[in-house]
Amino acid sequence: MIKVQREDFDIAAEFEALTAGNHAVGGIATFIGLVRDMAGDEKIGAMTLEHYPGMTEKKLAEIEAEANARWPLEASLIIHRYGRLEPGDQIVFVATASPHRAAALESCQFLIDWLKTSAPFWKLEETPDGGKWVDARDSDTTAAERWIEQRRDAAE
Amino acid sequence: MNVLYFAWLRQKAGVSEEEIEPPADVSTVAELLAWLKGRSAGHAEALADLSLVRVAIDQEYVQLDHSIAGAREIAIFPPVTGG
Repeated sequence: MIKVQREDFDIAAEFEALTAGNHAVGGIATFIGLVRDMAGDEKIGAMTLEHYPGMTEKKLAEIEAEANARWPLEASLIIHRYGRLEPGDQIVFVATASPHRAAALESCQFLIDWLKTSAPFWKLEETPDGGKWVDARDSDTTAAERWIEQRRDAAE
Repeated sequence: MNVLYFAWLRQKAGVSEEEIEPPADVSTVAELLAWLKGRSAGHAEALADLSLVRVAIDQEYVQLDHSIAGAREIAIFPPVTGG
């Protein structure tokens, strides 16, 4: 399930709804992203997340479908917020449920790695020097490309 | 066709969305970006370094040599930074 929303989310409620009544689930992996108060050496007051409505939901649904094709998942959930957020606020929630832990853990990491490089979101940080758009990081691209390599390895 | 701009590309271009009718000899994404640069100084600045520009046609990522034929919505934006 995909949710792109301005409002905060309740992890306990989302967690419970994810697998309610499904006793095939043996493990759930989750990732929760929070707003940091620092970017490098600079203090951040808040950030605003902009996104491309329509394409965001489409890319997230594609990523989720890819995870479900690669791993035996009983349930999956991606929540991503947009709008103005302050340090400590929750930005993103990824959860994957599977009969066994390896599939849950791997697919959860796949989803967050892939989301960071393909879902059309942009962060604008509020710094003492004014608004500053966050630069894409090579390390995020490397993290996502790792999953392409793994698929190639699996095919060989 | 409709062109959308996001993040700092939107700020530099000074517009978030515009309806355009490029001439017939503009057939690829690269040619479209070159043509869009002529719309304003802001557009030219936004599109000065194409290594920082990503393009989606009808919500699918495309490369610079991709055709724009039949495109309804072309989105132009920097590398994404969500998550």
